[in-house]
Amino acid sequence: MANGELIFEAPWQATVFGMARALSEAGLYDWDEFRGYLIRTIALRGREDEGDYAYYDHFLTALETLLADRGFVSPESLQARCREFRERPHGHDH
Amino acid sequence: MSEHDDHPASQQSIRAEAIESLLIDKGLIDEAAVDEVIVQFNERVGPMNGARIVAKAWKDPDFKSRLLADGTRAIEEFEFTGGQVEKLVVVENTPEVHNVVVCTLWSCYPWAVLGLPPKWYKDPSYRARVVREPRRVLEDFGVEISASKELRVWDSSAEIRYMVLPEPPSDGENQSEEELAARVSRDAMIGVALL
Repeated sequence: MANGELIFEAPWQATVFGMARALSEAGLYDWDEFRGYLIRTIALRGREDEGDYAYYDHFLTALETLLADRGFVSPESLQARCREFRERPHGHDH
Repeated sequence: MSEHDDHPASQQSIRAEAIESLLIDKGLIDEAAVDEVIVQFNERVGPMNGARIVAKAWKDPDFKSRLLADGTRAIEEFEFTGGQVEKLVVVENTPEVHNVVVCTLWSCYPWAVLGLPPKWYKDPSYRARVVREPRRVLEDFGVEISASKELRVWDSSAEIRYMVLPEPPSDGENQSEEELAARVSRDAMIGVALL
């Protein structure tokens, strides 16, 4: 079967997809609710000519927005954590 | 997969990692659950589900007519995990008609029966071209559809997901349902390959 094709281009895409599903399976939100966020994100930011990479970018933005709206992860705490991770010494990969 | 010294992690990977670590801190998620989803979609929710449906439809005319009449209900008996089969509509390839599926909007895809969409399915050029020049696009996939055959393009939406029931392989008559299922490719169920 010619089904063994790589689906994610980078590990973060798999992580984002996995998180979005796992949170929904854990009952934090309904999958349809996430889908609504994704559709709106793409409607707002999507472009005709964008490639696959942008798809998971939108997926990530949709998840961020939903988590912020529902009070699970505030934009401030996310920014702070991102800064922390960016300042890690190079070569750190976990 | 590691980020190398000379290639700092992308903005997205840092954001994804930061979200995950915050959710872990709050006890809302654990890494194992995230990994489990990925494994499930890669291995268990993959196109083998669709292949089982196709093989059963070839073998069982009664199931086939139920499948074509109401895909969503007909596949209930398989109890697939992975959720999310919105309305599933199965379209049949015949000697007269070839069907191909696209989502021009973005990437609506019948996850529960085909797993995650392949990269090219989400590609803007596939999405635009298959509507405009389906025969040419199929040629790019190495599929030649004779001019006398009708070609139908189905545009999936958030509500309706299409799947193609391919024509059975000509030499498959004596094969078991399992053997037949192993011959059904994901691409054939999207309509961009023949068996």
